Amino acid sequence: MSRYVIRRLVIAVPALLGISIVLFTILALAPGDPFGELASNPNVPREVAQQLRAKFGLDDPIPLRYARWLTSMLRGDWGFSFVSRVNVDTLILQRLPTSLFVLGSAQILGLLVALPIGTYSALRPYSVFDQIATTLAFIGFSLPTFFTGLVFILVFSLWLDWLPFIYRADIAATGWRWWWEQARQAAMPVAVLGLFQGATLTRFVRSAVLDVIRLDYVNTARAKGLSESITVGKHVIRNALIPVVTLVALQIPGIFTGDVITEQIFRVPGIGSLLISSILANDTPVIMAITFVFSCLVVLFNLVADMLYGWLDPRIAYR
Amino acid sequence: MDEHALRALINDVKAGRLSRRAFVQTMVGLGVTAPLVAQMLASAGVASAQTRPENNPTKRGGGGLVKTLWWQAATLLNPHFATGTKDQDGSRIFYEPLACYDPEGNVFPILAADVPSVQNGLVSKDGLSVTWRLKKNVAWHDGKPFTADDVVFNWEYVMDPATAATTIGQYRDIKTIDKVDANTVKITFKQPTPFWSGPFCGPTGQIIPKHLFEAFKGGKSREAPTNLKPVGTGPYKFVDFKPGDMIRGEINPNYHVANRPFFDQIEMKGGGDAASAARAVIQTGEYDFAWNMQVADDILKRLEQGGKGKVDIAVAGNPEHIQCNQTDPWTEVDGERSSAKTKHPFLTDPAVRQALNLLVDRASIHEQIYGRLGQSTANFLNAPERVRSKNMKWEFNVDKANQVLDAAGWKRGSDGIRVKDGKKLKMVFQTSINPERQKTQQIIKQAAGKAGIDMELKSVVPSVFFSSDTANPDTYSHFYTDIQMYTTTMTQPDPQRFMDQFTSWEVASKDNKWQGRNIARWRSEEYDRVWKAAESEMDPVKRAAQFVKMNDLVIQNVIVVPVLWRMSVSAVSNRLKGTDASGWDSNFWHLAYWHREG
Repeated sequence: MSRYVIRRLVIAVPALLGISIVLFTILALAPGDPFGELASNPNVPREVAQQLRAKFGLDDPIPLRYARWLTSMLRGDWGFSFVSRVNVDTLILQRLPTSLFVLGSAQILGLLVALPIGTYSALRPYSVFDQIATTLAFIGFSLPTFFTGLVFILVFSLWLDWLPFIYRADIAATGWRWWWEQARQAAMPVAVLGLFQGATLTRFVRSAVLDVIRLDYVNTARAKGLSESITVGKHVIRNALIPVVTLVALQIPGIFTGDVITEQIFRVPGIGSLLISSILANDTPVIMAITFVFSCLVVLFNLVADMLYGWLDPRIAYR
Repeated sequence: MDEHALRALINDVKAGRLSRRAFVQTMVGLGVTAPLVAQMLASAGVASAQTRPENNPTKRGGGGLVKTLWWQAATLLNPHFATGTKDQDGSRIFYEPLACYDPEGNVFPILAADVPSVQNGLVSKDGLSVTWRLKKNVAWHDGKPFTADDVVFNWEYVMDPATAATTIGQYRDIKTIDKVDANTVKITFKQPTPFWSGPFCGPTGQIIPKHLFEAFKGGKSREAPTNLKPVGTGPYKFVDFKPGDMIRGEINPNYHVANRPFFDQIEMKGGGDAASAARAVIQTGEYDFAWNMQVADDILKRLEQGGKGKVDIAVAGNPEHIQCNQTDPWTEVDGERSSAKTKHPFLTDPAVRQALNLLVDRASIHEQIYGRLGQSTANFLNAPERVRSKNMKWEFNVDKANQVLDAAGWKRGSDGIRVKDGKKLKMVFQTSINPERQKTQQIIKQAAGKAGIDMELKSVVPSVFFSSDTANPDTYSHFYTDIQMYTTTMTQPDPQRFMDQFTSWEVASKDNKWQGRNIARWRSEEYDRVWKAAESEMDPVKRAAQFVKMNDLVIQNVIVVPVLWRMSVSAVSNRLKGTDASGWDSNFWHLAYWHREG
């Protein structure tokens, strides 16, 4: 088992290196530069932008810049943002808790919706409930989050005036009031992301349960007189959840990227909005760091999914 | 209007026969900027209008929280590193300059005890030095006194090239700064400087404390902890800063203006987009103030019907204009197109440029596209008043354009496009991608078609168009097309720097990596001469006449066609008072006086 993990990790290294080279080259070749605004300002002499470019090493050839980035990254130095002149790791750590809170809540909401609805649909396939659930699920994952986000703002903020549409990382309140404010402002972004996740997962849970429920051992369980709730709870769901758990693990990096737009709409100061503002400002070190973290997440959660699968299903062995 | 007539008018103001406001309006109509007018009056000994309408609170604080929204978030809080207004505004909550520019462009003292002038002897007659008397008993937020040493230090800090300060342009014309006493500094310039309020004033003039930055001058500038935790003299003290997201401040109990500020806390939230920021202030009232409303006017009007806030329009000097390339964009010479060694095949013909000037329907563009966000104008150098120039006139007249072209020998070909000496009047018209600009392009193309000019429209992604990438041929400074349209911003109330974009030594070329500011590549000895004369002219009246002359030269020769004079627009809650937006300074220039009513 541990040999398998080590082997997977070793294989991940060239993959990550390749990803980083591609990312770095694309960013270096992309138009725009972080000091464009300075260049068009008549009060800033043109030497200033040139000096800054030289100081931050932007005029060096791309392979040299990549080598410099890689060596400092290996030493744990993520570089600093050209725009704010703050260390990149500080910036990311500042944003991480907010992102994790929103994403975690969204994922939990998604599961809370998907599990009961998916299972119930599978137990009574093609019933009225199943038809409605299926329709809603299709609508749910067909609508992009930026659209649902705007609809939510229109309905809950502008028409009903119930919820604020600007998210604040630090609320100036304590105790119950803080929790209340936090719940109010997180409601819309979490709902947008969570329901999107939930819609996909519902379909997946339904098909997984349908696969299992037709198997012989379920019939056996019923035949020997077990109650329906025990049959479903103990024998069906547990086995049906194996692929669902791996799916959730595989989806996690995807949620991070899907979250980018939602964060922008609701002004959630998370990783996603940091990525967007850095892209707009051509702040290469920050873009590089965040996209690289995302690629690490993909590789890591692929591994986690494989591990979970083996742990849940003893028939699978690692070699 | 010549120098003599101007002097007569000023005497009228002095004697009270003409109101100050009327004089300002007349001058502005002539294309003189309001700050310059203020300067003219000040030098002639007419007191400036210092009384601003405001309430008079009897105690400091008690206003609770004021929430402001910037759709581009501040990313750093050291004013000398600021890369845009968002950073300057963020820093301005905590730091202050010696003086600010009010909406009329007057110098308004903040850390200075009074405004220097030739009359009070603080500005030398030859323009070589200015003496600032600092306000006494001003303390930094950590309790240390603010003194002349801090002022001198800021100059040294900025001038160290290793600091890489973005404000260096304001300070490099200074020869020395002498500390006269603890509360007086004397700035000596390298040459006569009529615009003596360049350094230490306005958004780029914010002063940082010597005792906290002394150890971090030059190469180590990035490491200063105070870059992110400012300690200033401003109305609010630092609480918390998350780059790219939120700035929070709390009231400075020892602020140097009595009974100010009104609010106990301030928040500057960043990110998102302009339209939803407008909603948060104008429609839902979630926020009190939002910056730079780049939103279509009809949307803003609809939001205003909700009644919780309104749009606040301040005049600035930013013209949206069309530039006529004087060089040939289609021939490559020494590795560059639009080289100064070439001549444009037809835009060098004055008749063609005259015709272009007649084909821009400025009234329609103003009314149908920009609404309150701009004014149609005939001038390149505009100023903060609604009166139009009397010197320069604009008109939209297709028939006249046709006559001009006919008279110059441009004959219509079989396809309706005019030809002369085998050259066809076909031009490529580029601008950045932006809904308003594409609509404007369409309007102009249609009119040009009626006059036998064929326009091919081109639009470039803004991040490319406005970049300084030397390898990309689509930037505005490469100008590899016949005509192009964008807005140049006037970041300073004094037009000297702004008007250098038509001087011959600023021609953009491969040699200066296309960073020269003269994009149209027009060269005129007369213009150069007038510009140079204005640079060191100490008589504000003569200087004003020189700027009028520069504007008129550019407009008469149709080097540019001004399309619209753009305003600076913010959204303000109905209950928030005293914001007093100034197009010449930071949105927070008057922050200490912000208050809430009702």
